[in-house]
This record gives sequence, C-alpha cells and structure tokens, in this order.
Amino acid sequence: MNDQNTPNNPDPLAIFGPNRHELPEPGEASVALDRRQFLLLTGLGGLVIGVTSGISSSAFGQISAPIYQVGLELNHYIQINPEGEVIIFTPHPEVGQGVRTSLPMIVAEELDADWSRVTVKSSTIDPSRYGQQFAGGSTSILRRKAELSKMGAMARHMLVAAGAIELDAPADQLTTSDSFVIHQASGRKLSYGELAELAAKQPMPDEKSIVYKDPADYRLLGKRITSVDNRTIVTGEPIFGSDVSVPGMLYATFVKSRSLGGRVKSANLDEVKRLPGVVDAFVIEGNKDIPAYDPVSDFVSSGVAIVADSTWQAFRARDRLHVEWDLSTASTDDTDLMARQAEELATQPGAIVDKDKGNVDDVFAKSGNIVESFYHTTFASHSPLEPNNCTVHFKGDSVEVWAPSQTPPAILIGLMKLFGLPMNKVVVHQIRGGGGFGRRLENDYAREAALISKRVGAPVKLQWKREDELAFDYFRPPGYNAYKASLNADGKVDAWLHHTIAASKDGEKPNRDAGSRLTLFPENMLDHYRTTTSLVPSQTPTGPMRAPTANTHGFAEQSFIHELAIAAGKDHVEFYLDFLGEPVWTVPNDPNAIHTGRAANTIKKVAENAGWGREMPAGRGLGLSFYFSHATYAAEVAEVSVDDRNRVKVHKVWAVCDCGPVVNLSGAEGQAQGAIIDGIGVMAQQSITFKNGAAQQTNFHQYPLLRINQHPEIEVAFVESDFISSGMGEPTLPPIAAAVTNAIYNATGKRIRGMPISNEGFSIV
Amino acid sequence: MITLNINGEVKSLGDIDPETPLLWALRDTLGLVGTKYGCGIAQCGACTVHVDGNPARACQLPVGALQGVIITTIEGLAAKDGTLSDLQQAWVDYDVPQCGYCQAGQLMSATALLERTPKPTDDDIKTALSGNLCRCGTYNRIAGAIKSVANKKAELEVTETDRAKGA
Repeated sequence: MNDQNTPNNPDPLAIFGPNRHELPEPGEASVALDRRQFLLLTGLGGLVIGVTSGISSSAFGQISAPIYQVGLELNHYIQINPEGEVIIFTPHPEVGQGVRTSLPMIVAEELDADWSRVTVKSSTIDPSRYGQQFAGGSTSILRRKAELSKMGAMARHMLVAAGAIELDAPADQLTTSDSFVIHQASGRKLSYGELAELAAKQPMPDEKSIVYKDPADYRLLGKRITSVDNRTIVTGEPIFGSDVSVPGMLYATFVKSRSLGGRVKSANLDEVKRLPGVVDAFVIEGNKDIPAYDPVSDFVSSGVAIVADSTWQAFRARDRLHVEWDLSTASTDDTDLMARQAEELATQPGAIVDKDKGNVDDVFAKSGNIVESFYHTTFASHSPLEPNNCTVHFKGDSVEVWAPSQTPPAILIGLMKLFGLPMNKVVVHQIRGGGGFGRRLENDYAREAALISKRVGAPVKLQWKREDELAFDYFRPPGYNAYKASLNADGKVDAWLHHTIAASKDGEKPNRDAGSRLTLFPENMLDHYRTTTSLVPSQTPTGPMRAPTANTHGFAEQSFIHELAIAAGKDHVEFYLDFLGEPVWTVPNDPNAIHTGRAANTIKKVAENAGWGREMPAGRGLGLSFYFSHATYAAEVAEVSVDDRNRVKVHKVWAVCDCGPVVNLSGAEGQAQGAIIDGIGVMAQQSITFKNGAAQQTNFHQYPLLRINQHPEIEVAFVESDFISSGMGEPTLPPIAAAVTNAIYNATGKRIRGMPISNEGFSIV
Repeated sequence: MITLNINGEVKSLGDIDPETPLLWALRDTLGLVGTKYGCGIAQCGACTVHVDGNPARACQLPVGALQGVIITTIEGLAAKDGTLSDLQQAWVDYDVPQCGYCQAGQLMSATALLERTPKPTDDDIKTALSGNLCRCGTYNRIAGAIKSVANKKAELEVTETDRAKGA
C-alpha cells in the first residue's frame, strides 16, 4: 500500500499533492462518515437533506485557515419540491465515468424515488462542504456509496414520518414506492411532493434505526440504467467545458516551448497584434520551468498568449507567431538514450531495495528452473478527445472559473495562491469533461486561462490545440521491469525478484507513478521475494494515467506469469489457480488488499466463458491475464489470430469482474469495455518519444487511437459478490495488454516484451 | 457577407473571414457547439457534419466555399418538435455515450451511412465509422446501436427506458 497516505493523514487534499496516490485508504469512507453529522434544514421550498462537514478547519490550515471556520454548514444532496420533482446533486466531476448517473441512483434507490421524475445536478465546488470532489482512482463508488445510501434512506424515513401524520396511520404500516408514501390497508397515498414540507419538520432518524432496502427489492441498483445526460449529448446541446460561453468572452491560445521548460526570449508580438481578429498578444513570464504534476500548485509555464475575437483567429495568428526560446532551463530528455540506460541498469542489481523477504538468493542458488525476463514500455499520452480548455472571468477582487477538471477544488486552491485571493473569492464551476483518463487531474490550463483573463480584463476561453495536448502532458511514464523467478520441482514459484527501472528527475526517487506498483501481489504470496528499484534520469513530467502504475506493470507481470506457467509445463489457468491457493484475504477487511478467493473466482469464470482449453486452428490463440486494482478484480481472455506479417486481429475479449454489488450494470459494462479498448489502443500503437526534451508526436496521425475497425467483440460478466462496491473506471485496463500478447504467444510461439507492440514489429488490424 | 443554409435555416455569418473553417463559424459565431474540435486536421471525426447529405469534416471546410450547399449539424438531426431520430434514440436507449465528446461526429457518420446503406454489413459500419475516433472506446455499442436501427431489433442489452434527466 501507499505509505505516504495513511488512514491517519487528515489532509483531505492530500490526493492532489505530488507523489501521492488517489486511492482511498481502507476504511476511509466509513471513517469520514463517522466524522460527519447529519443535518436537516428547512425553508428551501421543500425537503433538503445533507451532511455537515466534519472536516476540521485545521485540515485546511496550511492553505487558508481564516476561511475554514467550518461549523454546521449544509451540503445538499437531495431536494424535493412541492411538485414532486426530486433533485439529486452529484458531488464529483463527470468525465465519462458515469457518476452523474450512478451516484444519484444510489440515493434514489434508498429514497424510493420515481426515477423518471429525478433531475440530476452537479453540486457546487466547496471542499469545506463536500470533502474531496474529484474524479480519479475509480473511487467515487467506493467512497460515496454508504454515505449516499444513508442520505436516501434518511429522507425516506422522514417522508414516512410525515405520511404517518397526514394519513393518521402508524409509520410501520406505511410503505413507499415511486415517490409516494402508501397506506396499503386503506389504499390511501400521498406523494413525496405533498409531504415534503412536513417531512422537513420531522426529527432526523437515529442512524442506527435506519432500515435499508433488501437488495432483492432494488429497482435501480444492479440494473441497466442509461446516462442522465444522453439526450443532451445526442442532440449536441452545450454540456462540455469547451461549450461554455460567457457574455463578452474572448478566445485565447497559449504557446509554450515544445522542449519542456523553455522560456520566451523574444517574439514578434507587434506583428501578431496587427493580425485580423487579434485583441492582444503578450508574454506570460511563468513561475515554473519544466512542469511538475501538482494540481493544487500555482505553477504556470513561460509562453505567449494570443487573445482574439474567435478561436480560429487566435489559432491562425498563432501560425504567424515566431518565438525565440531560451532553452537553457529546458528538459533535454532523449527517450532512445533513456531506453538504453534502462536496459543496462536492468542487467545490474537494483540500486534501492524496496522489500526483501526470506532469502531469495539462496533459493535461486539451489534452483534448477529459473526464468528471467525484461519488459519495457514507452511514454504515453492521455489525449482525451476534448483538448484542454477553460473559461475564466477575472473580476479584480474575485475570479470565476468554468473548468472540465477532474479536480475542481484543486483549481480553487491554485488560484488562491496565484492571485492571493481568499477562498470565497474564487468560484469554480464543475463542467463535464470530454474524457479525462487522468489528464484533467492537473489544472495547468485553468491557471493559464486565469492569468490571461486577468491581463486582458475580460472573460477568456482558453482552447488548447491537439498539438498542445501531446506536447504538454503529464505523461504516463515508461515502465522498465526485469523479473527473475524460480520454480521448484512441483512447478511452483518459490522465489521472485522484481527490479523496476524508474524515470527520476532528482536521482533520489521515481517520478510520479514511474516506480513500483501499489499492490504487492503476486510476490506477497511467496516466502521469498525481493523488489528493487533503480533510477534512470528523466526530466519529462509524468502523472497518473488511467490505472496508474498498473497500466505498465500489468503488461509486464502478467506476461511473466505466463512465462512461468510455460516453464512449469502447466496450463496457464491451472498454474494461476494453483498459485492463488486457498482463499485468503491478504489484509483482512482491506478492500485494497487482494483476496485470492475473489481473484480465483474471476479467473475460473472467464476461463469458462471463453471456452478455455478448446482446440484452436493454426495461428489462432487464447491468452489469459488478471489484475487486481482499484479494489476491483478483473480477469480477461483474448482470442487473437496472427498472420505471417505479424498482423494481429483481436477477435473477442472476455472479461469477468468482481467489483462487489454492481451499481449501474450499463455503466459498469461500458467502462469495462472502454478500458479494454483503451488498453488495446495503447499497447497497439501509442508511444510518445522525446528528442531535446520535446515530444516528437504532434497529432493523431502520429499518435493513433484505436479505431472501430480494430475493435474486438467484448463480453463482460460480473461475479456476484457481497463485498463493498468498488469502481469500474480503470480495473479492466491493466490486464488487457498481456491477455493479447499471451494469446499471440499461444498462437505463434512469439513472446512480445515491449509496448507498444508496433515497436516490436506487430500491428493490430 | 456570408450566409449558409444550416439545419433548414439561412444563417448570416456577418463579416466573417471566408477562410474560417465551418467548425469555428458554427461554434464561435453561431453558437452551434454540438460540432466538436478534436484535432483540426481531419483525423478524429469529432467535427463531422453533412454537406449536401455527405459526411464532411467541418475543420477543413472554409465557410467561403459553402454558400449554396445544404449543411446539417448534430443540432439538426432531431425533428423540430424534439423527437429524436431513430439513431439518436438508439444512442440513448443503448447508453452509447461515455464522455460523449465524439458522439455528435459518430452520429453524423452513422446517419449518412444508413441513408445510403439502410442494411449495412459489419464491414460497412466499420468502413463508414473508421474516421471517427472514440477515446472512451464505445465502439461495441456504436456498432450495436447502428445494427439495432438497421435491423429494427435490439442487438444490444436493453436498458431502462424510464429515465431521469440531467440538468
């Protein structure tokens, strides 16, 4: 687990800090809930229920102590108006992971609300009320489900209490359904709208007395529910960050050094200012050379801003802009050199010993069956389809922001620092993002937009170009992993050595997400293992990309496990189940620690679904992979065929997941399919290379996403388990690359040890 | 003065530079923001519109060259009374969108496909939609939704139809 973010860490913004991971710690959600106190307020035209923040002001002390005089403030989740409309507020940003549907479903289920009369709204951004409002680490369900269930159930109890008065019947003789309180005996019923005002005057039920629904009676949870935003999307109505329009708004582009960290030396600003539509052009000095992932920072890079009366005029003027860059402060990264250095380091013992258990060297010395392998991956870019953009209105003593961010509260903090404004003078609106994948955890584009708005004294929409996205990412770091393991006479793994070669800027620790992965599996199942790290110099900024660390380690380690099965002369499924052994929860009651029984269940079921073991024609094969991440278990089998030119067709992927009780079956299945497509796209053909500190890829012709003609059929199934519900935004991504390459091996005998496989002479067709 | 025929209406673009790509005229001048910017070089398909019924990339079409043609954008797919087209309805019913940013372009390409080829094969669908990138990977549902409309039967698991709305 991540030692830096222990359950005792009181800093609710810790997730946004450098080298912190956004996974919640075990029990965090319930601890947070215990610290909260439920509160009811009336007078807002109906029943409003929320929880008060129990977060102490000291938690925010380092940022702005005077502002956080947190008392009994309300944060709204449910509002019922007299007409019977139920409004449910979603605290977390939506970037396509489905929280604007799944979280309200949880509330509506326990509320027994008529889903067809529910309206979903995104809440305001206010960390003092809502705690962590972010989209990352597949955590929204894991963190919020218990709390939101309670909100719904409490409101229902109060509506029943009001119904008992109005219907003159004991509460225990009343039932609820579809936003009505019903007295079955008399056949009388009252709508939630009719009861809302009286319900609001009822005492809050004791938490311990709350009766939750029997899951057998669920009408929403576990069902296929369509996204509440589908109609808006298919009709092209404004919904995304880039669709925001504010009166008097100007349009901006911001040009930075493609060699990361360069400073503007001079630019032909006078010429640019005279171009059609250009309102202004100016240098922003910046306060940070080579960018670093830190969403709450006030970091801004040096660059030239062009402000125009339309996006097109800003872009066109940009084509005429000539900047001379001072590159003395810029990155000099060269990925060819990095790869050579990493390969060399992989042949040597790890410089840093992370974990050392038993006596690995003794076991290796006595072993007659040792397998060694080296796996490597490149940098990759998040590339959400909606390029970064942000609309900001700097008003002198306050600032208003519309941002498609995954961490809107972090923008608030960053702008407080940048402008010296108190928190109540920074308003951040959460706006749907056209994809996130971790890119929108950082808020560099919002800070740039804010500075530009301040300079021109008008609201500004900053629109990044696709070329900016690929140049100025916080990239998924490359992964270089060397493994050595031994097998005993029975073909069982008895010792394991894992050496991660990690990109490092300071020469002391891995860059963000460049180091070893968060889970200890599989080595924690062994008596003898050692994990080590060596560092390879790299200045390129890195950050979390969908399934951080797991997204590169999954490929390497699940390929290596297949190599071990082959060396043991065993069937892959059989070898895996044998390795997992008897069911054990490696850290009891910790959802982020692997439970080998749940792992085995998913592997058994995916083998069954895929028809594992069936005869395959020549050039065709099945490949197995498994990964546990984000508290969810995902086992996958890929069926591929490979032709004599190493063109790979992925025909079908079977995925079996255990994420506890599924909240929204449609959303969960969609996320599972999407993450598999994402993973195949990255492993197929996505690589960012650097020369002189600059990314060499500029647009999708050089960084191709997977297209519809390459996509496999994907069948997703869920294991019905009664553990805590966990997220589905990421967990099916880590296993897919190895499922495909293991299948390629089974089809051809060719082992692929590098991603993307286009660098190894293979292509996905 | 440039005027364009968009979604059955004549729209004036004022004294716009005739080199302005249709994409930015739609978004910044007319406020029709359903057509999306993704790459600017006709690689992603997010800006797909119909020009005289044919799918085209609005990022590559200077407005000065479009006078007299009939342009349809995502805002023009539904009936005037708000009734969704069959494909739009299928996109909703089968819960196709994830982030949703590419879906206007996907729908425009799919609509043009079915107008030309009412019973497309799997290969027809792949060919017609291969220029539309979906970063979220919704391809299984895109293909299933198109086939469901073409074959007039559910080719995907049916989702809840009685639904809440976002605001």
